[in-house]
Amino acid sequence: MAFQILLNFFIAVVWMFMTSSLTPSTFIVGYIIGLLLIIMTRRFFKGHLYVWRLWAAIKLTVIFLKELVLSNISVLMLVIKPKLSIQPMIFALPTELEQDWEITLLSSLITLTPGTIVIYVSDDQRTLYIHAIDVNDVDEAIDSIKNTFEKAIMEVSRG
Amino acid sequence: MDLIADIIIVLLVVVGIIFTIVTVIGILRLPDAYTRAHAASKSATLGVMSLLLGVFFHFWWNEGHFSIQLLLGIAFLFITSPIGGHLMSRAAYVAGVKPTELTVADDLQEVIEQKRTTAKRNTQED
Repeated sequence: MAFQILLNFFIAVVWMFMTSSLTPSTFIVGYIIGLLLIIMTRRFFKGHLYVWRLWAAIKLTVIFLKELVLSNISVLMLVIKPKLSIQPMIFALPTELEQDWEITLLSSLITLTPGTIVIYVSDDQRTLYIHAIDVNDVDEAIDSIKNTFEKAIMEVSRG
Repeated sequence: MDLIADIIIVLLVVVGIIFTIVTVIGILRLPDAYTRAHAASKSATLGVMSLLLGVFFHFWWNEGHFSIQLLLGIAFLFITSPIGGHLMSRAAYVAGVKPTELTVADDLQEVIEQKRTTAKRNTQED
């Protein structure tokens, strides 16, 4: 992926030299031409096109912002409620992610989503121990969130 | 146009203040360290982020100064605040702070107990 981006930059710089005008707008035109060239020659690259991974990263950011706002509203409701009726629990969640940065990203995302905080990552990095603030409404919702987050991170890392 | 800008700025700042207040109320009201970590790590993030965004828009639209430092501050806050919440609750758990009336807490307890016993055995062997 990094190689494709670097190649695209290189083509843009070559385009700037060919037109002999070193301005940002020429760079953008050259970048678009380079993108078209890379799309045309995509069967020579090993991985997928980097555009898809970029798109997946943008999608992940949007999901993340949405969850952040939702989690804050749920905490707000919980704190303001006159009677404190929470049932916390700590549960284990097996994860399929392998690389360190993926697990870090997933646990950061989980920490900022409604009602969950990652407390402990097991030594073999296969299980996350998560503290949930309320058992009733969170327990099922969490699994679906976990599926969307894990899937989105996998899309970013594997394209 | 100026009116809309002002409305957005005021809205962002008010939302930031509300969530900061919620953080404080949560820390005072919730029963144990872990539930307090929920309030502290989430509401504080969005509260401070929203305040910074309001300040950023104010300086951009009303003063004509595009401050990248504020955007960097928002990004750094995003990266560091969940890690801070995680580390503090992890340190509390490993140090043996008991959660409140938890329903199902056994998942992690076994792991920690196991680690404690192996650590103790190792030190005795040495």
